[in-house]
Amino acid sequence: MLDGEPLVRWRWLGDHLGYLADLTADHAVIALVPVLLGLLLAVPLGLACARFPRLYQPLAAVFNVVYALPSLAVFVVLIPYTGLATRETVMVPLTCYALAVLLPTAVDGLRAVPEPVRQAAAAMGYGPWRRLAAVELPASVPYLIGGLRVAAVSSISLAAVGALVGRGGLGYLFVDGFQRTFPTPILAGIALVALLALATDLLLVAARRVLAPWARGVAR
Amino acid sequence: MNWLGWLHDFFADPAHHSGPDSIAHRVLEHLAFSAEALGLAALVALPLGLLIGYSGRGLFVVTALAGVARALPTLGLVTLAVLLVGVGDAAVLLPLTALAAPPMLVAAAEGVRGTVPDVRDAARGIGLTHPQTLLRVCVPAAAPTLLAGVRTAAVQVIATATVAAYVGLGGLGRYVIDGLATRNFPTTVGGALLVVLLAVAVQLLFALLIRLASPPGSRTGTGAGTGRRRNRDATPEPPAAPEPTAEPAVLDDPAGSPALAKEST
Repeated sequence: MLDGEPLVRWRWLGDHLGYLADLTADHAVIALVPVLLGLLLAVPLGLACARFPRLYQPLAAVFNVVYALPSLAVFVVLIPYTGLATRETVMVPLTCYALAVLLPTAVDGLRAVPEPVRQAAAAMGYGPWRRLAAVELPASVPYLIGGLRVAAVSSISLAAVGALVGRGGLGYLFVDGFQRTFPTPILAGIALVALLALATDLLLVAARRVLAPWARGVAR
Repeated sequence: MNWLGWLHDFFADPAHHSGPDSIAHRVLEHLAFSAEALGLAALVALPLGLLIGYSGRGLFVVTALAGVARALPTLGLVTLAVLLVGVGDAAVLLPLTALAAPPMLVAAAEGVRGTVPDVRDAARGIGLTHPQTLLRVCVPAAAPTLLAGVRTAAVQVIATATVAAYVGLGGLGRYVIDGLATRNFPTTVGGALLVVLLAVAVQLLFALLIRLASPPGSRTGTGAGTGRRRNRDATPEPPAAPEPTAEPAVLDDPAGSPALAKEST
């Protein structure tokens, strides 16, 4: 389809640096705020599931299905509720995906505390709440961060599809480049999405090193 | 704003009952395309994954590669491929295959590596060759993990094939994309619902397959989690095993050891 055109027009990139930065920032908000919301929902829900195992089976089944739902279809189905071309159209489904990934990791993490550790904490006079805050939650940090890495990277990549229903941050570059038969923005979009994902992932790995220095190699 | 009304409009439309725009035709197109991409990816990824898992070499590279692949936006790859190669099946098939291969590769590698080393040694000990050990012992043992990887790939491909309609591919994405373009919400929502149903059906089919493929006596629930959790389930911690046997040996009263008491019950 391209007749002798250069694959990348570097001048276009140079002229649009500010524009690309804006789109990247927009993309980061659209993709990562849902992951934070998912985390805020997943921890209390995970606590409830760890305490009441009967709750977990049905919830896990539901979120297993949620995770399998095609993003574009969910964006579309939610349009009547969230409106076309708004951020919510994209962010509400992404929150659900993040929750679907994070809930099992939260439950795994809370369950991973060995019974002797729990007993030792109790023997030291820790009540259930203090044990939760001082022992169980810190112990589940490596698991949560493992889940956050998966959730964040897939959220960043899924958010690009949001461009088809309106707001997609960097995804707009794909739509734009395709409509104009102009590969430069598409390539820039792919590179920026991958870089954003990589940067987020590295940041989370660094966070794990700081927050859970004992957990090297656990719950990758 | 009337959801059920839209669905009714969509399913009642005679154009969706027969001809090239019929639901059956679109579903078949969607499935055929997804199956092609999956088959192509399996052809490359599964043998490679088995070899990597069995030899234990290159696992790190594979895991890192899979992480990078997950970060690549498929919509971008698809639009780029169409611009470079032109509208056609090949342009869309390649990105979809690239999408499907990493989960299969990782699942095959991790699954085979996760088989208990003692079992592998035993197989070698009774005189099986390396290829025989891999195919007759490791692959059946890794089957649930392997199938789970294929399931992840299948669901992703089915979901993404929808996006591919944006660049002119058939399948259920046509309803979604065309409906969006013309602000025809019954078509969009109907198409989206069909994709969701298809993805869930494939998910259920694989849940069944995984149950059938699980060797009797293996850990239950291998197929219940998401793709990411399963990888961790599939790698048992070998150093954990010697501990209980080592501990009672130094105790004066082994019967009083809680570890032993737990084991005997």
